[in-house]
Amino acid sequence: MQTVEPQLTKRFGLKDSYTLKVFLATGGYSSLKNLFAKKPAEVIEEVKASGLKGRGGAGFPCGMKWSFVPQNTGKPIYLAVNADEGEPGTFTDNYMMMNDPHLLLEGIICACYAINSHMAYIYVRGEFYAQIQRLNGAIDEARKAGYLGKNIQGSGFDLEVYVHRGAGAYICGEETGLLESLEGKPGKPRIKPPFPAVVGLFGCPTIINNVKTLSSVPWIIANGAAAYAAIGTKESTGTHVFGLSGHVNQTGYWEMPFGLPMMEFINHYGKGVKGGALKAVIPGGSSCPILTAKECEDLTLTYESMRDHKTMFGTGCAIVMNEHVDMVKVLKNLTHFYSHESCGQCTPCREGTAWEDRLMKKLLDGEATTQELSMMLEIADNMEGKTICVLSAALAMPVRSFIQKFRADFEKYCKPSISAVPAEIS
Amino acid sequence: MQFKPEVINEFEGIASRYPVRRAALLPALWLAQREFGFISVDAMKAVADMVGCSPAQVLETASFYTMYHKEKPGKYHLQVCQTIACLLNGSEEIKKTIEQKLGLKPGQVTADGKFSYQPVECLAACHNGPCMRVNDEYHENLTPEGVGKLIDDLKKK
Ligand SMILES: Cc1cc2nc3c(=O)[nH]c(=O)nc-3n(C[C@H](O)[C@H](O)[C@H](O)COP(=O)(O)O)c2cc1C
Ligand code: FES
Repeated sequence: MQTVEPQLTKRFGLKDSYTLKVFLATGGYSSLKNLFAKKPAEVIEEVKASGLKGRGGAGFPCGMKWSFVPQNTGKPIYLAVNADEGEPGTFTDNYMMMNDPHLLLEGIICACYAINSHMAYIYVRGEFYAQIQRLNGAIDEARKAGYLGKNIQGSGFDLEVYVHRGAGAYICGEETGLLESLEGKPGKPRIKPPFPAVVGLFGCPTIINNVKTLSSVPWIIANGAAAYAAIGTKESTGTHVFGLSGHVNQTGYWEMPFGLPMMEFINHYGKGVKGGALKAVIPGGSSCPILTAKECEDLTLTYESMRDHKTMFGTGCAIVMNEHVDMVKVLKNLTHFYSHESCGQCTPCREGTAWEDRLMKKLLDGEATTQELSMMLEIADNMEGKTICVLSAALAMPVRSFIQKFRADFEKYCKPSISAVPAEIS
Repeated sequence: MQFKPEVINEFEGIASRYPVRRAALLPALWLAQREFGFISVDAMKAVADMVGCSPAQVLETASFYTMYHKEKPGKYHLQVCQTIACLLNGSEEIKKTIEQKLGLKPGQVTADGKFSYQPVECLAACHNGPCMRVNDEYHENLTPEGVGKLIDDLKKK
């Protein structure tokens, strides 16, 4: 395991880490010199070469996304920062904003310069009241010191940044739901194409990036793509703030390069599983397929290892479960969550999530047979690839992986079905 | 029901950040909730006037988002996370404690108007679960005893 200097969390723990004074004293905004010395297209190439992938869940290459913005439409270009952090099990953007809001602003300046945008909105979930105050405080400080506003540090580049407070809806973390919400409407995702890079906020080209994606950019601009790409693995470059929740002795978050084995993460950083042996891990937020203890043995914290294990890196925040966990109760928790959060515009999602939840209730009530389990799997198959956004798939994947990998837990709740009647009677 | 002139001023400052006025509807609803306590039908009409959109558009948006109160909440609004990571570490016990101690079911307000209670979904503090928000403040690593004491303290306030 490489040891590298922290990039995202280096100010965490410093007194008043969120102030401009501390930020500047610890190298903050120093990437801007390199930034403004480059042409925007060169900045995009640099970020492409760094291998930085989106940290919001989908893992889309950041530089490539930026390169999709058409520069000839005559319309303004926007950056929307995704600080909605709603994926169950995910909690690290929270601390990025609390501890180092200026780092995010520095990343926003880099991104906006690269895509030629002069207006950025930070969409923050409504519950993050303290985080919003932090961000607004940092924006005020930055504007007064000439890091935002007109002619930033004499570069000729102008940028305004505003915070937009959400109001409680998981779906507004989906990037086009977020844009709808920014426009004052219900957060119902949009049909793609057109992709937001071409037709986004107010009908203009828009890039949507996660808080940690943007906070990773200043280091790349300051130190170069090659230095960044040398950290982590070939496909998963750089560092990330990894999180642990659930049944570990030490929950929390740690910044480290990609590549640590999952079991070392749990045993070394998490100080081992709490309350019994390991049963399962959801590796990157509740939408990712669940893994058994066995599958975790050769799993590493990388995009490629997650893909090889038929799950997803997601947000890099793992939920750990010990042997006493009843998977039926956990899946019921998720079917409830997704049916509650479905925006309701697509039938397979609105009906599918609700049916899955009702079938889980039936199972818990002891009213279901293995036929209902089959039905749940069939419904899951009909929920994927048929909707405007992937919230529907984000439940289908857990349903399938929970029932297939922990079938014994589910069968315990089943009453005998017709097919279980002995052959001589039937 | 009308906004005070200084609130309208504040709103105009916010609205100027967006190229389209309707985009300031979520901020306008936040202002309405701060000023009037919750989003009544009359408040929606005042918001529509201020933003310059139809009351139906305000209703459409206000009803989509869970944090806009459609009825008056308690002085202390308890929002307990009931999602997966908190569940694994005991959110059921926390919910039970609140329900028993205050005699509330989800969505209800105590007769004296002091407490309201609503289980909510993941609050993005999963490593410190179980957790809840009391109004806009986070309380983390909750225990049934701790929550009981917190409620007793709030009762005295
Ligand atoms: C239902 C749903 C919820 C999402 N919630 C979030 C979120 O809270 N935060 C986030 O950054 N991305 C979230 N995403 C992913 C975004 O759609 C988008 O991929 C991401 O913001 C892009 O930024 P990135 O490329 O920097 O990762 C969500 C996606 C879906 C389908
Ligand atoms: S699951 Fe409770 S805060 Fe995330």
